[in-house]
Amino acid sequence: MSKEKFNYFIKTEKNNWEVIIGLEVHAQVISNSKLFSGSSTKFGGQPNTQVSLVDSAFPGMLPVINKYCIEQAIKTGLGLNAKINLLSIFDRKNYFYADLPAGYQISQYKNPIVGEGSVTLDMPYGTKVVGIERLHLEQDAGKSIHDLSPDNTYVDLNRSGVALMEIVSKPDLRSPEEVNSYVKKLRTIMRYLGTCDGNMQEGSLRADVNVSVRKKGEKKLGTRCEIKNVNSIRFMEMAIESEANRQVEILESGKKIDQETRLFDTKKNETRSMRSKEEAHDYRYFPDPDLLPLEIEQSFVDNLKKNLPELPDQKKDRFIKDFKLSSYEANVLVSDNNISQYFEDVIKNSDIKLAKNWIIVELFAVLNKKNLDIKNSPVSSNNLAKLINSISSGEISGKIAKQVFELMVNTGDDPSKIIKEKGLKQQSDPNELEKIVKIVLDKNTDKVQQFKSGKEKLYGFFVGEIMKASSGKANPKLVNDILKKELKK
Amino acid sequence: MVDLNNISLTEIVKLVKLKKISSLELTNHYIKNIEKGKKLNCFITTCFDETIKNSKTFDAKKNYDSLLPGIPIAVKDLFCTKDVKTTAGSKILENFIPTYESTVTSNLWKEGAILLGKLNCDEFAMGSSNETSFFGNVINPIEKNLVPGGSSGGSSSALAASFTPATIGTDTGGSIRQPASFTGTVGLKPTYGLCSRWGIVAFASSLDQAGPMTKNVEDCALMLEAISSYDKKDSTSINKKKENYSKNLNKNIKGMKIGIPKEYRVDNMPKEIDQLWSKGIDILKKSGVKIIDISLPHTKYALPTYYIVAPAEASSNLARYDGVKFGYRSNKGKNLLEMYENTRGEGFGDEVKRRVLIGTYVLSSGYYDAYYLKAQKVRKLIKKDFDNSFRKVDAILTPSTPSSAFKIGEKTSDPISMYLNDIFTVPVNLAGLPAISLPAGQDSKGRPLGLQLISNSLDEQRMLNIAFAIESEISFKQNLNRWWE
Amino acid sequence: MPIDKSQVKKVAKLSRISLDDNKINSLSKDLDSILTFVEKLNELDTKEIKTLKSIADKTLEARNDIVDDGKIKNDILKNSPEKNEDFFIVPKVIE
Ligand SMILES: [Mg+2]
Ligand SMILES: [Zn+2]
Repeated sequence: MSKEKFNYFIKTEKNNWEVIIGLEVHAQVISNSKLFSGSSTKFGGQPNTQVSLVDSAFPGMLPVINKYCIEQAIKTGLGLNAKINLLSIFDRKNYFYADLPAGYQISQYKNPIVGEGSVTLDMPYGTKVVGIERLHLEQDAGKSIHDLSPDNTYVDLNRSGVALMEIVSKPDLRSPEEVNSYVKKLRTIMRYLGTCDGNMQEGSLRADVNVSVRKKGEKKLGTRCEIKNVNSIRFMEMAIESEANRQVEILESGKKIDQETRLFDTKKNETRSMRSKEEAHDYRYFPDPDLLPLEIEQSFVDNLKKNLPELPDQKKDRFIKDFKLSSYEANVLVSDNNISQYFEDVIKNSDIKLAKNWIIVELFAVLNKKNLDIKNSPVSSNNLAKLINSISSGEISGKIAKQVFELMVNTGDDPSKIIKEKGLKQQSDPNELEKIVKIVLDKNTDKVQQFKSGKEKLYGFFVGEIMKASSGKANPKLVNDILKKELKK
Repeated sequence: MVDLNNISLTEIVKLVKLKKISSLELTNHYIKNIEKGKKLNCFITTCFDETIKNSKTFDAKKNYDSLLPGIPIAVKDLFCTKDVKTTAGSKILENFIPTYESTVTSNLWKEGAILLGKLNCDEFAMGSSNETSFFGNVINPIEKNLVPGGSSGGSSSALAASFTPATIGTDTGGSIRQPASFTGTVGLKPTYGLCSRWGIVAFASSLDQAGPMTKNVEDCALMLEAISSYDKKDSTSINKKKENYSKNLNKNIKGMKIGIPKEYRVDNMPKEIDQLWSKGIDILKKSGVKIIDISLPHTKYALPTYYIVAPAEASSNLARYDGVKFGYRSNKGKNLLEMYENTRGEGFGDEVKRRVLIGTYVLSSGYYDAYYLKAQKVRKLIKKDFDNSFRKVDAILTPSTPSSAFKIGEKTSDPISMYLNDIFTVPVNLAGLPAISLPAGQDSKGRPLGLQLISNSLDEQRMLNIAFAIESEISFKQNLNRWWE
Repeated sequence: MPIDKSQVKKVAKLSRISLDDNKINSLSKDLDSILTFVEKLNELDTKEIKTLKSIADKTLEARNDIVDDGKIKNDILKNSPEKNEDFFIVPKVIE
């Protein structure tokens, strides 16, 4: 299979424009309590019930850092092949907003906990390495609700203070498709590590998307715009597409791009300027005097590294090498830790080749149709392995197996139970089969004569009749052997 | 019957433990004093019903085994007190009632003390004369038209006028030591991190420390013992075991070395202050102490450094007063932005506005390096000066303030002249060190003057011992005729 | 002159403090003298000096990841100038 060529350019009459994209992904850290307070991070609680005096910035309240959140950030950094900074500093980012109770967000500015790293993507045109600029820890803000009243905004601080990792990529991405692949890869890595659940509906993963364009072949970067807070991969792709086109139009009409923050309007499929927020943006970062520099021992990092789970890239290599999977098959199976786990459970005692096909083709079709996660698969890995073994042993045919599988999907039952109850076991007793063959031939003496006089096409007719007579359970190989023998008589 | 206005906290504690006096009798005595002294405007809030109830509860107890058994105490209104209004001297917190208790005050109550009320202070502790309080200026019991110093001016006045047997204040640039000096009382600013900042309305986080204000050094040791503690809720709190400062207090300072920094001999310093300093030196010499001339070369940069660092931190710390979660909200303004601007415009006084604006300016883009970053570097040099000195000496002796208490209104029109008051106290906060001011004499007008001892980090015991020795030689006596009653 | 009136206005806007013209005039004067005063630091060459990281002589201590706070909605909302039983309420935000 020859590889496709990368071909995402905005083509106009005059030019081919290259689109340059960098992402600031905000990933919510998986932890029980918040980054600087002991209140819960659970999603969906009653308003303002998961708020401490610290989260609501009462006078005299002070932040105390959560050790587990530090570990989670380091693990994620290791998963991104990144440099872990043994000294990092928490800064205050100062701005006023209704859902920012202290009037500042505690974040990391000049000295983040994680430095440069990289993520490898599998694109149709080959692998692509995307640079990571940094990862830092910061607090989430609360939630402003604008549609409960015409004159007022309502504020819920349940999210206030929840730990986020901001993962900043280098401007290495070149198409919506690459962004799609990058975000999914990040999500897979964090899910493997257990550091972020990647649930975009619940806002655990969202991104600011920086977009600029330049003529193909140019070296200098164009002026970029930042599209704030896009919360689905589909919207990211749409926003990039429309923003890049907007910029190209402006540039081709001879005007300049203003560096600004924009919002993506999902209904109109266009980005618009956030001018009101633009005025006098000056965050006045400075080290938070309520906290000290965060110092980490190398041994602490080493220990986390030692206990890191196998990551998707490593697992993919192993699957290709040990199980002789194609790159495509390996990619599909490692894209989700639960899927790869399921696969490895199935092949523990069943045939690899059959297993990968059954999972990728049959099981995925069912899961897709029923919109189910593999964790909720009606067919357990154990049952799928049994089904595959029934095929390998000749107990049932591949064709019957599909019937059995359908019943397994509907009932969740053990395949051996289904095979037994429905009497689907393959007929492999030569005496029994001989009887059936004889009955079929006896019923069709005229056709037997025709066959013998040279009309060999009728062979298939006999097989079909025999299978019908056995309700499809006859062992095809044995049927063949017996039929040939009988026809020679 | 003893004159409660003329005995120390330590003596009062003894009387209570010997059941010579009950907590209720004490409470009634102070309530009477407070009610007769409203003119001084020391209190923002009193909670006498609760105080009386609590003292009765205390008297019903059998065990008096605590540091401050049944002692009624008033505290600066910067400490959050559960269910008792806490204003920080500001309109913006005029009606704020915390649902929580600061660590320092809860330490007091754990040791048996009982809250009398909340003492006036400069707005958000920004001031050196208690004239920036939204609740009006405080009068120094020394003289009708004198300021009590600030920002813990309500604390110093109330203590000097015996409205409370001891009190606590906070010190960001001298806010305990300067008012102590102006009222003839003892004030101690502990090592940064010795007392928890949890539950104290923040002014400048890297400088703020709570500390005791008392009538003598022994009381000061007792109070410090009561309020200091390691607190997991404050990341800057120092993890060390509690010390028995009062039990270990002694006057034997023979053989110690005390440094005299030449940079503290500033221009235009009144002769009386110079003489007071010399008197202190003489006393130390007589006590067998070796006097060593030292240099703290960056002293003159301390105030400029302070007036960058403190406002910068304050501008951020005070951003939470926005009319959303607590405190004052202006009803002018059609949208959130206007509500913010009007709330803060109406809710903050002039000095707070000055400092918030300065702080915002020095942190803003384009100015950060020239002001804030520069100041942090100079702060390091100032700290290094002290580190170098403490390799040679056990403590440093200086005057507490460059002048005695001044008249109300005398310095309000010129912020810089007001700031200069803290010239001797500010370097200590910048370096995170402990220091104590103790009364050492009076000027020709009869206004008290204080001497300041500075020691190395966590060397409070030695510092208290030296202060104790000086105090006993000086035998400072202040006879107030209670003119306000 | 380190600061002028238009800068004071800008800083006031950043600080979310409304000021009338009188106040701007008097504050500009004050701020200017304060900034002139602090510029004494320019006498010092600090190029080689590393910035102070913290005045507290210790390292950052971390707490365990335990939920031991929250569930105090009434305390949280109690002091708010405007609220209902669930939310803080503020004038409409104009985006
Ligand atoms: Mg961003
Ligand atoms: Zn962020």
